Amino acid sequence: MKSLLIQGGRVIDPASKFDAVADVLIRNGRIEAVGVGLKAEGVEVLDATGAIVAPGFIDMHVHLREPGIEHAETIESGSRAAAAGGFTSICCMPNTLPTNDSATVTSYIVQRAREVAAVNVFPIGAITKGSKGEELAAIGSMREAGIVAISDDGRPVMNARVMRRAMELARSLDIPVIDHCEDLNLSAGGDMNEGPESVRLGLRGIPSASEDVMVARDLLLAELTGASYHVAHLSTKRSMAMVTFAKSKGIRVSCEVTPHHFAITDQELCAYDSNYKMKPPLRRSDDVEAIIEGIVDGTVDAIATDHAPHPGDEKMQEFERCPFGITGLETAIGLSLSELVHTGRITVGRMVELFTTGPARVMRLNRGTLAPGAPGDVTVFDLTTEWTFDVRQSQSKSRNSPFSGRRFIGGQVATVVGGGIVWKRE
Amino acid sequence: MPAKDPNSPLAAGLLDIESLDRREIEAILDRARFFQPPPNETYRRLDCLRGKTIVNLFFEASTRTRVSFEIAAKRLGADTISIAAAGSSVSKGESLVDTLNTLVAMRPNAVVMRHAASGAPHFLARHLQIPIVNAGDGTHEHPTQGLLDALTILDRRKSLENLRVAIIGDIAHSRVARSDIHLLSKFGADIVLCGPPSLVPLELAELAPGVRISYDMKEAIRDVDVIMMLRVQLERQHEAPMAASEYFRFFGLQLEHLALAKPEVIVMHPGPINRGRELSSDVADSQRSAILNQVENGVAVRMAVLERILA
Repeated sequence: MKSLLIQGGRVIDPASKFDAVADVLIRNGRIEAVGVGLKAEGVEVLDATGAIVAPGFIDMHVHLREPGIEHAETIESGSRAAAAGGFTSICCMPNTLPTNDSATVTSYIVQRAREVAAVNVFPIGAITKGSKGEELAAIGSMREAGIVAISDDGRPVMNARVMRRAMELARSLDIPVIDHCEDLNLSAGGDMNEGPESVRLGLRGIPSASEDVMVARDLLLAELTGASYHVAHLSTKRSMAMVTFAKSKGIRVSCEVTPHHFAITDQELCAYDSNYKMKPPLRRSDDVEAIIEGIVDGTVDAIATDHAPHPGDEKMQEFERCPFGITGLETAIGLSLSELVHTGRITVGRMVELFTTGPARVMRLNRGTLAPGAPGDVTVFDLTTEWTFDVRQSQSKSRNSPFSGRRFIGGQVATVVGGGIVWKRE
Repeated sequence: MPAKDPNSPLAAGLLDIESLDRREIEAILDRARFFQPPPNETYRRLDCLRGKTIVNLFFEASTRTRVSFEIAAKRLGADTISIAAAGSSVSKGESLVDTLNTLVAMRPNAVVMRHAASGAPHFLARHLQIPIVNAGDGTHEHPTQGLLDALTILDRRKSLENLRVAIIGDIAHSRVARSDIHLLSKFGADIVLCGPPSLVPLELAELAPGVRISYDMKEAIRDVDVIMMLRVQLERQHEAPMAASEYFRFFGLQLEHLALAKPEVIVMHPGPINRGRELSSDVADSQRSAILNQVENGVAVRMAVLERILA
């Protein structure tokens, strides 16, 4: 159990509405105090002068690829990438080999994370066995083994009846149901957003409607069942409008957006470069604007990366053969600052919410605050340091990022987990 | 590895028509007309590519394009090697990049490539130094077909300026249509695209200036100078756009349609034609049909392109 005194930074803790220059003292792995001029004998000191000191950032949507796909990522490498990105907690999706659809796999992930992970790892269990969309997985046992939510991310449950049963069970267990919203019949064969760009490039399109019809269905089922329902990587203006409407009607719905969906449009992607290929696909500029408005007006609960590592040989192929997904842990803060804060759309305090209290509330993590007694997880970042992301230096085992070479102003400075410094900018 | 001359727009190869400017297109067409043989004679034989080696790499079946590239290269004195994917290491699971790297290690001067994936030549061009000529990529472009179509129009019209052109059929899956549209639009053509709605998405109107969409064939061909028919590409369609029995009735070109167009209308088709499916036999064989001239012009255009890239 480690202790640390973080001195002289601007402490922003949305949970307690605190925003002032102060010190943060962590003792034996837990927050002891936030205040001016704190002293602690024999405790390691981290100077945060000029930087922002926030509760540890949470990425509620990552793929760690372990067990089974360790050539792409491991719990160890993925968690180091998280630490290097300023994240102290990550939630990992169940699409491993085997699928995390049983307490055995959940326990393996929890145990492995305890041994090797640089940050806190919270597994998400599958909704259905093998994420095949047919038969419910062992959700209750997985809950006991440590899952914090259920999702068939990437292979959405197409059968509304199965989804209803999952929501009913999740409600009784008080865990959210996360859906990757995609009608697989509408999106079948698509490689990028459907629109003038897909037509120009001769690539098959994924229409916005394939996302929207699933959001609509799920919202109706959430109302029917009373479950907590969470829209993963929301990417379209109509889905945003529906979530806003459902929230106003008291339906228990939340949503996340990814940095790439608010940073790039389908017109800005580099043609036939698989580092721009992901699901949902990069959308049109009016979708991007709607996402940013959702962030500004409070509809969006969290920014999550959907960190999806794929090894180089899988991404070095004809565009239509490449798998979907890009890495994102190390560029999330930089992109959020450049696209949201530096542009004046949101305050840095709101950005901190989107990485802390927001995801903590959705996933019921009892984290994301600097209140005394809370876990000693802290993210230190600044608004001014100029740096360039070089994917070759990434802590991830994979290199599939469209942001390599991008210049950022401001970014993560240090990552503290349980009072220990797990990453610090060189 | 041959160094690329950065001053020539085609030194890096020919990937698509969209990124070519009008001057470059005119230069290629001028040179292609020089290569066109007089009636009843064969192509002249030149030696400007002597000592050069061109690899024709066809990952998709092709007769006319592959043969015409091969003849064009040989007429210019180049050595050619044609590889069909079915008989190569691709069928043993080798990746596209590895296949190309293996070939490039043998130091050819250019690769002519056809591939079923849109953007495959663009992807390779980013990772390899060798000039690549796109002989058709998926449902994206087929730039030499666009050029030979323009040459065929120029055989019967004074210029490409201000033509009225109807392109009819499966536009969504047609690489020929995209190259034709980009090329003709650069010369100010009015282009009408026509076909069943799911094969002619509305977004096509944004592809280039001067493009509009119609779902009524008779309206589309009214007063046009050129009718370009496209093959119904059953192999690229994932579900039927309309009942098969209705296709010819609504979008097949028949002799009586020609009266709606300008008197000297040119009927074109990139081949292979399906008689009775997208056009009737009497149209295919009529005076107005330029289908065989298109095939003929393929050689001249490809000579001009290869010369510009390699000489």
